[in-house]
Amino acid sequence: MKKFKHKHLLGLEGLTCDEIEFVLDTAVTFKEVLERPIRKVPTLRGLTIVNLFYEASTRTRISFELAQKRLSADTVNFAPSASSVKKGESLRDTARNLEAMKIDMVVVRHSSVGVPYFLTQCLDASIINAGDGAHEHPTQGLLDIYTIREKYGKIEGLRVVIVGDIKHSRVARSNIWGLKAMGATVAVCGPTTLLPVEIEKMGVEVYSDLDKALWGADVVNVLRLQLERQEVGYLPSLREYSRLFGINRKRLALLNKNYTIMHPGPINRGVEITPEVADSPQSVILTQVTNGVAVRMAVLYLLSGGLEAAVA
Amino acid sequence: MQKETFVLDERQVARVLARIAHEVAERNAGAKSLVVVGIQTRGAYLARRLAKLLSELENLKVPVGEMDITFYRDDIEQRADRPVVKKTNLPFSIDNKIVVLVDDVLFTGRTVRAAMDELIDFGRPNQVQLAVLVDRGHRELPIRADYVGKNLPTSLAQEVVVRLKEVDRQDSVSIKEKKKTVAKK
Repeated sequence: MKKFKHKHLLGLEGLTCDEIEFVLDTAVTFKEVLERPIRKVPTLRGLTIVNLFYEASTRTRISFELAQKRLSADTVNFAPSASSVKKGESLRDTARNLEAMKIDMVVVRHSSVGVPYFLTQCLDASIINAGDGAHEHPTQGLLDIYTIREKYGKIEGLRVVIVGDIKHSRVARSNIWGLKAMGATVAVCGPTTLLPVEIEKMGVEVYSDLDKALWGADVVNVLRLQLERQEVGYLPSLREYSRLFGINRKRLALLNKNYTIMHPGPINRGVEITPEVADSPQSVILTQVTNGVAVRMAVLYLLSGGLEAAVA
Repeated sequence: MQKETFVLDERQVARVLARIAHEVAERNAGAKSLVVVGIQTRGAYLARRLAKLLSELENLKVPVGEMDITFYRDDIEQRADRPVVKKTNLPFSIDNKIVVLVDDVLFTGRTVRAAMDELIDFGRPNQVQLAVLVDRGHRELPIRADYVGKNLPTSLAQEVVVRLKEVDRQDSVSIKEKKKTVAKK
């Protein structure tokens, strides 16, 4: 019997194949809800959820907010630029103040690793990690895996290549944990300066030659080159990066016939991926966004069960 | 071993469904604007059987769909378990139709309440009617069935078990005494 009994979702590390599948199966149902004439169910009526985004985000924040609204939860958004954080309030104080206003769940994004975990230690609320530093972004990992499974019907046996700035990528880490748990072969590829030391200990193949990495792959997950994190000189130039690690039409010939191109967004067109490839029929970039809402609904719904279990 | 008393066997279940089909047809003067919607899991199978009987009886195709009402439950906050939610599939408009909701057991009425709420989110039917295989009493809401296969007076210490061929390899209705463990609330 598949089950998902957690109060928090901090990462995909440590989740079992069955648990991930349970989330994905639940998301299938929610995807159907999103096709209904009224795209909303009363399931989380009465729950209050705070979206605590310390870092910029369009897709993830809107996706979470939509997921919450489609489940009839009450939501509050928090942007540090317009809050007391500017006046120097600490994370702990901000969080405790929010809790004093009776909240049930917190969705948090922060540039520091471990902030979601820290919040589990000082709050009673259920915590969902929406990205912490270069650590994990579990709902992105889940929606990527969902999208792959939707197309191929399975994960086991597929070869997935993650290309780009692995070092700064929480998306890569969540994908690796999740995909490995479900039996995929995972390879990472990027400039040596952007490959973390000992990344192979996560059980992945490591390449710095893109053509070698792409050979025989089913799925290519192209990471965004985090321009804001490149100032310290990891790369000689963007043009060189784009020539050596950009996904263009020529390189697609190396992939398996029924290949898929993914990208967590936002895209730097012409840097890590050419517009031609990003807009091709094999690209599921917008499907990922659609699936994101269903997957986040599933996560919110399942964690709300953990919430009650912990209280009871 | 728990004591189990069988109330309906396969042939009796078939007869009961045939009778309900006739009642539905009679009351709605044929089955022209009828659609049948089953509540997951066993209600969905019963709905398919009922729609088939109605189609044969009236010589027209009666549309059939199914709903999982989990997202509409009123006790979702009290329940820690999150079961796998099954498919909701209403591949037709219910606007201005007569909807016959189908479930296996009518008990507290809360499932039917949730089903009606969910149904109304899909459109505005002219009428909603309720057909159940077994009515075991103990209503907690002002809900009654329009078509009842069998009235089965039970105590709260008993459990009504409906088995259907599609999932349980046999058709039967039985009453079991609940295990003596302390009832979890």
